[in-house]
Amino acid sequence: MKFSILVNEGPYTHQAADTAYQFTRAALEKGHEIFRVFFYHDGVHNGTRLTVPPQDERNIVKRWSELAEKYALDMVVCIAAAQRRGVMDANEAKRHGLGADNIAPGFRISGLGQLIEAGVQADRLVTFGD
Amino acid sequence: MAEETMQEGGVRKKFMYVNRKAPYGTIYALESLEVVLIGAAFEQDVSLAFLDDGVYELTMGQNTKGVEMKNFSPTYRALEDYDVSKLYVEKESLAVRGLAEADLMVPVQVVDAAEMARLMAEQDVVMSF
Repeated sequence: MKFSILVNEGPYTHQAADTAYQFTRAALEKGHEIFRVFFYHDGVHNGTRLTVPPQDERNIVKRWSELAEKYALDMVVCIAAAQRRGVMDANEAKRHGLGADNIAPGFRISGLGQLIEAGVQADRLVTFGD
Repeated sequence: MAEETMQEGGVRKKFMYVNRKAPYGTIYALESLEVVLIGAAFEQDVSLAFLDDGVYELTMGQNTKGVEMKNFSPTYRALEDYDVSKLYVEKESLAVRGLAEADLMVPVQVVDAAEMARLMAEQDVVMSF
């Protein structure tokens, strides 16, 4: 089956970010297709590379990046939600005259149209949130 | 899953946006509305559901001055211009909050929980905020 995933909560604060990752990984391991993972609301914080969790804890951001690399996952951070919360890629940082970017490997920033498309293209869109 | 129909070379699906949160305590209601507005350009079969505290999103007379937030409630009145006119409000959610259809700022269809469940079941895509 072809899934799209919507992640609406940030890492560590809410288990939705963990469950979304675990679902995505399990689906891929079972041979299903993930059309796209879309990060919205505080979910955009899953895509900042500037997190340093304690060493005995799971590294949520790194875990997503590694999954994306292994399976060529398309992971999209919503541009409007990201701008509100300070998640930037190099282009966005430059466009807004900001001194730094922080997007993690494997993530890209794009618009909400990508979420609608994810709903249109997949057999199922699964939401992980509060 | 409902049957998909092809239109202008694209797939037309039944999208339902489920609004469950009060308008200002969290950002969910505002950002959900942004999805609806962007989504309107994709010519899908769109409906909105309001339940739990989400029914407060449609109440008349919202005034956000005291909390220093943008009052985005006028946007709900503009939904019709985006061809979004199917708004379902759960009867039980209104009742337990002491609200009536007359307290809402836009025309809606009030449906009971069982009917809401039936509507959700016939969707292709349900996004819950």
